[in-house]
Amino acid sequence: MRGFGKYAIWVYSGIALVFLMIPIVYTIVFSFNDSRRTNIIWRGFTFDNWLNVCDAQDVCQAFGNSILIAVSATFIATVLGTMIAIALVRYRFRFRNTTTLLIFLPLTTPEVVLGAGLAAQFLQAGVPKGLGTVIIAHALFCISFVIVTVRARVAGLDPALEEAGRDLYGSPQQVFWRVTFPLLLPGIIAAALLSFALSFDDFIITNFNRGAEVTFPSFIYTAAARGIPAEANVIASAVFLLAILLVIIAQVGAAIRRRQRANA
Amino acid sequence: MAFTAFSAAEQKVDESARKRSPIALFLLLPGVLFLVLFFVTPLISLVLTSLQEPVPGGFFGEYRQALNWQNYVFVLETYGVQAARAFGYAALASLFALLIGFPLAYFIGITLRRFPLLQALALVLVIAPFFISFLLRTLAWKQIFAIEGPVAGLANAIGLLGPGESITGTAFSVVFGLTYNFIPFMTLPIYATLERLDLRLVEAGGDLYANPATVFRTVTLPLAAPGVISGTLLTFIPASGDYINASRDFLGSTETAMIGTVIEANFLVLQNYPAAAALSIVLMAVILVLVAIYVKRSGTEDLL
Repeated sequence: MRGFGKYAIWVYSGIALVFLMIPIVYTIVFSFNDSRRTNIIWRGFTFDNWLNVCDAQDVCQAFGNSILIAVSATFIATVLGTMIAIALVRYRFRFRNTTTLLIFLPLTTPEVVLGAGLAAQFLQAGVPKGLGTVIIAHALFCISFVIVTVRARVAGLDPALEEAGRDLYGSPQQVFWRVTFPLLLPGIIAAALLSFALSFDDFIITNFNRGAEVTFPSFIYTAAARGIPAEANVIASAVFLLAILLVIIAQVGAAIRRRQRANA
Repeated sequence: MAFTAFSAAEQKVDESARKRSPIALFLLLPGVLFLVLFFVTPLISLVLTSLQEPVPGGFFGEYRQALNWQNYVFVLETYGVQAARAFGYAALASLFALLIGFPLAYFIGITLRRFPLLQALALVLVIAPFFISFLLRTLAWKQIFAIEGPVAGLANAIGLLGPGESITGTAFSVVFGLTYNFIPFMTLPIYATLERLDLRLVEAGGDLYANPATVFRTVTLPLAAPGVISGTLLTFIPASGDYINASRDFLGSTETAMIGTVIEANFLVLQNYPAAAALSIVLMAVILVLVAIYVKRSGTEDLL
């Protein structure tokens, strides 16, 4: 029974992992499809879509918008979120529980509610929808993720290191920028990457607040009815391969370091 | 990692080690103001909008503030089915994601501990779907399930599917899509708790002559509970508000419309803002009640 169980979990998990990969592989394969208008039936292999991505101008422009939004929202969310994370771990202040609740609630709110709420507010305040309102909306849902990610890093920081900085007559600013900040950086980078990924792929909140602006996901949503151009698969595949490469480098690096440490 | 958001991940910090300082205010104020301005006031906006009434003789989409409770009666009568469907689909998807995600998390977090490179690789595969468009992945399933496709052919051949029937546009395909989309959200928090699990506790159970099933039930499972809670919430909440999978251009049809579908339609198409707002408040309220009950039952009260 035990031996059988051991193999069963390998097989089961292997199937689950393959299952997770199916639509990804499908999307990448169809970026090489020699499609004309709709990219549904396989018509043969070609590099054309990859070489002339911006022939589908609307796809390229939507992609540009998405990058602009993701960069801006990530910047806002990372700065504001990191500041809150440091305050939560390091300082005593009144209304701590209320603040914690304020950070926690956006995580338990479905996107459609966040999106409709912001849209209702913009409507009441007479704010025209556009890239600005989308950036605000994205920063909003990223900020709680940033706080949770960075806070873990701040909590894991050894206070002795900062103490050493102060003992060496470092000013509070010097201690922060030369000791604390570099130690927090991996957590901040992780939070920023998470924000970027969440923002780049968001559709629901965007759809309520975008007005006439088109992002990459909203382009796909609208185009789904009449067929997605293969160029959309090219962009998605390129982003995917780049991201996966970064993750593999980071993961393998960490694994190798762990092994070296174990051997040392 | 953000995926432990819902578990009691914070180490117990000695409160006296925390200082009082004006710096705290400087650090908190911008972010808190942002959240108040763009999270709290929009929720108040939603409540106010949900009580509005049409301006008599006004334009299409023109409303004025009132205390029109009838909006709630209206949406529950009109869209009760879609609301119930949303929670039903989300519950099923959470269950299936758990059935797939738990063994997978156990495999990566415990079985693969002796193989760090394989473990890292498996983890990359679980995270991978995050890096490729949610919408394109969902459309890929639609095309895989298409009438001329291989899956439909097989289902036809073994009699699961009658001639002319289609896999997409059904409750099955929507729950399937939701399950697929949220497996990583279920797997990662469970993995995060199992990865830290001290295997000596499991060994101790065996030394005390408990059979593997008992050890699993009394040792492993309780220790993994925070991850399971986190994962279930991270799956159930977004799944219940989702309307991409249920859209007729994706895996659904008009027969599979969920609460998100009708919120979107009322807000962006019909410009019936009060109905959309009332539906959003209903969705939010149900989720908050479920989260409170679930968290209380599972005993993880100090969230975040």
